Amino acid sequence: MSATRRTKIALVGNPNAGKSSLFNQLTGLNQKIGNFPGITVEKKSGWCTLPVLNSTVDLPTAETVEIVDFPGTYSIYPRSLDERIVSELLLDHHSPETPDKVVVVADASNLKRNLLLLTQIVDIGLPTILVLNMMDLVAKAGLSYDFTKLSQKLGVPVIPVNARQGVGIDELKRLLATPLEAPKTRIFPVWEQAQKPVKELRDTLGVDNDYEAYLFLEQPLSLGFLSKERKATVDAIRTKHDFFPGKFQGAETIQRYSYIQELLNDVTLQSPADEGAWKSYSRRIDNILTHKVWGYASFFGILFLIFQAIFAWASWPMDQIDALFAFISGYLKEILPDGPLTSLVADGIVPGIGGIVIFVPQIAILFAFIAILEESGYMARVVFLMDKIMRKFGLNGRSVVPLVSGVACAIPAIMATRTIDNWKERIITIMVTPLVSCSARLPIFTILIALIVPDEKVIGIFNMQGLALMGLYLLGFVAALGSAWVMKLFINLKEKSYLIMELPTYRVPKWSNVGFTIVEKTKAFVLEAGKVILAISIILWVLASYGPGDRLERAEETIARQTEGQNISDEHREDMVASYKLENSYAGVIGKAIEPAIKPLGYDWKIGIALITSFAAREVFVGTIATIYSIGSSGEDDNTIKTRMREEVNPETGGPRFTPAVGFSLLVFYTFAMQCMSTLAVVYRETKGWRWPMIQLTYMTVLAYVSAFVVFTILS
Amino acid sequence: MAGVPKNVAQMKPGEVGIVAGFTDDHLSVKLMEMGCLPGAAIKFNFKAPLGDPICISVAGYELSLRLEEAATISILN
Repeated sequence: MSATRRTKIALVGNPNAGKSSLFNQLTGLNQKIGNFPGITVEKKSGWCTLPVLNSTVDLPTAETVEIVDFPGTYSIYPRSLDERIVSELLLDHHSPETPDKVVVVADASNLKRNLLLLTQIVDIGLPTILVLNMMDLVAKAGLSYDFTKLSQKLGVPVIPVNARQGVGIDELKRLLATPLEAPKTRIFPVWEQAQKPVKELRDTLGVDNDYEAYLFLEQPLSLGFLSKERKATVDAIRTKHDFFPGKFQGAETIQRYSYIQELLNDVTLQSPADEGAWKSYSRRIDNILTHKVWGYASFFGILFLIFQAIFAWASWPMDQIDALFAFISGYLKEILPDGPLTSLVADGIVPGIGGIVIFVPQIAILFAFIAILEESGYMARVVFLMDKIMRKFGLNGRSVVPLVSGVACAIPAIMATRTIDNWKERIITIMVTPLVSCSARLPIFTILIALIVPDEKVIGIFNMQGLALMGLYLLGFVAALGSAWVMKLFINLKEKSYLIMELPTYRVPKWSNVGFTIVEKTKAFVLEAGKVILAISIILWVLASYGPGDRLERAEETIARQTEGQNISDEHREDMVASYKLENSYAGVIGKAIEPAIKPLGYDWKIGIALITSFAAREVFVGTIATIYSIGSSGEDDNTIKTRMREEVNPETGGPRFTPAVGFSLLVFYTFAMQCMSTLAVVYRETKGWRWPMIQLTYMTVLAYVSAFVVFTILS
Repeated sequence: MAGVPKNVAQMKPGEVGIVAGFTDDHLSVKLMEMGCLPGAAIKFNFKAPLGDPICISVAGYELSLRLEEAATISILN
């Protein structure tokens, strides 16, 4: 081991075993999200400073180790993309990511099932520690174990903790600081029938132990780390010995469980007389939350609360952020000398960053809710309630989370599809999630609705504009489900879909875990989406700031000539210059070029420019409209834009440009159109290729175009 | 119905049984990994409002399954 390499400690365990609580206890806020090299699985890691055990030995300072939180899994045989990383990294003993120590976190109140994974990891032969978590529940249930005996039998150190309360964490840290040998215990002897290929594999590839070699044969999909030649060798050995993946998996599971049962009989000092009180408490909650009427009523109640929070509570901080970035932009223009560089920074980069940061309040609120629902155990019930409905549309109960998250932003929503183990259902969920109206559509919706829908009440209580907005959100959802249903017919099913999912006991969320989730997800969004949005804003800035010929350089002159003798304020003249520049820039040229294509939808070249600039990020629409109608200097003040848009005349009809037909056509267009480069980038990353993002871009654009055309034709 | 093999999808809320075996190899592995082993006691708790999936208790915790998955677990009771 090189001196520069930091000791890596992997946290693995069943879902709901309290792994995240332990991770947060060990690392505090020293966490970061990255990627495992070469694979698109998020790597959640953090740092933990271990205590100095004996100051007389040669360790003068405390050691800081890297703790890596692995996705929860029931066994070393993965069933989803997320879980594959566990087997992949535990099998690859030569990667820089290979953990030096593995901490298996087990829910001690249900030790039998939790020990399955542990016995597999012991057999792989990495230095392992067994953490028995949730000791409070063990005590409440009236269970007790002989830890010493358990440790001796398994050949690994065993340490009881209560991660939620932080009990036993110091002891665990001390244990982590102690040198640890790989366990010598072999729990599962490789089957006789498998010994020949296993031996051959060990001889040819130099695999460390029998069980590891055996897993090479059993799990061809977890061998991404092997070179092509080595992988071919494994395949050849598998074929030669008539071995097929998963051949002995069932038999192995049974044998391990019988070992575990014997072990538990041996180490259990006291068994509970009956199920603990906390279980029946959980059942009573389920009587309401999965009830025919109350179950759906509470689900929609919670959804309503989330929407309310995202749109009402986030608006104040979003306005502040907007104002702050407008101020920075203006300030930079004042203090920096005029020139392209200043313009790039003030008009391209700063608003670009602002365009990312403005979504932080909504993303944070959304993830606060999602974390609370996950932590409390309710999320599994949502899947339970919705699975049958979602399946009709080619989706899965697990698709509900991404679809709901899509209301804030499609990027984290698409990343959340990794929990869907079925490839087809996952792809369909990814493909339709961007149709759910995200928060970036909101500024466009509000301004257009304000323009064409009267601010009146129907039946005394419902605001027409509010109804129109809700209608657009419903339209997005319906379109998502409809498209899913259509795709279900086109995408061939390769594997069978299944649900099999644990319904965890309800618990009060641990608030620090919720806090950690918010910080982590927001950071990931800002960094991931931020890079793309920033790059795009720079490209757009170039398109909007430069144009063919020298018309842009002469913009001031031209406008001065045109307005000669007229009584016009300097500010207005500047706005006219900006408008003239945009019209003659490359963006303007493209806008004019596409006018014939968008005319059937009721748009002119000015709207065309807005369509072009908002192609990469739809939220740019409002800003472009502001610039093009020469009101740039008033910022994005809604009232100014609205008044100006209302006054805009359609030269062909002499009437207003933004008739209800054009307005609704635009609304429908923006509801369906992809118009988001960051989403495409995430889909590319998640599906490992350009095929799906291109299909997505095409079908959404066609859907948007055709629907906008139909709406415009009917209404005009 | 004495003598007729039964599966979990045919159970009624509150009914208990013992896992006898599986009819689908692929699913059986996943079920067994989660502690649903032959010989384990299984209890049918409740159905989702639309009748599918269902919630069962096995190996000391609750599991939700689709009916078609539950039908692959044969039981004795």
